[in-house]
Amino acid sequence: MTVQQIQVRLFARARELAAQEWIPVAMAEGKTVADLRRALSEQYPQLESLSGQLLIAVDNAYAGENQVLNERQEVACFPPVSGG
Amino acid sequence: MPDFISITEQPIDYSATTERVRSNECGAVVLFMGTVREMTGGRQTVALDYEAYPEMAQQTLQQLITETRAQWPVHAIAIEHRVGHLSLGEISVAIAVSSPHRKEAFEAGRFLIDRLKEIVPIWKKENWSDGTTEWEHPEIKTK
Repeated sequence: MTVQQIQVRLFARARELAAQEWIPVAMAEGKTVADLRRALSEQYPQLESLSGQLLIAVDNAYAGENQVLNERQEVACFPPVSGG
Repeated sequence: MPDFISITEQPIDYSATTERVRSNECGAVVLFMGTVREMTGGRQTVALDYEAYPEMAQQTLQQLITETRAQWPVHAIAIEHRVGHLSLGEISVAIAVSSPHRKEAFEAGRFLIDRLKEIVPIWKKENWSDGTTEWEHPEIKTK
């Protein structure tokens, strides 16, 4: 099983809680957005207060839970939006 | 007429935003502006910090325009959102819509700001008068 490092870009409170904009998340190949949520809570417990609310985007679009991830995609993770 | 989208650190010139959509084909122009409000739930704001995911914000704003055009025959749409540190009263967002008749411009403008607040990846952080700061993340109670 090949493990890949997904670079996840964080915004707003998620970025501040992690104290960095980009975090590497170790995940096996073929894993999904739902798996990323589990990996995030295991590998970055400081995001715990946001878990369940975090939104995941892949290549600049909101991702479904079953979308498969790979290292070539741009993956982002952030709390509910509050613009306007 | 081409639609216009901008995520900018510069102050928003709402006259320029409005002029982008004006046309002799239109009898109506609606401008919505969001501005930095002082009081929220009894607490006093001194400033707001806005942060965007610029590439995705650009794409989702384009999606909003597509959704709008599927529902109303508007002539032109211009959307500008400011990011960075904004003082009281400053303009955080301006949306201008033109159409031949007013009904479409009003409805499309209302839809655009409502949808923007739902899906465009931009966040605001309150700078309260007591010196504390707090991200506004709907549905999340951090305190």
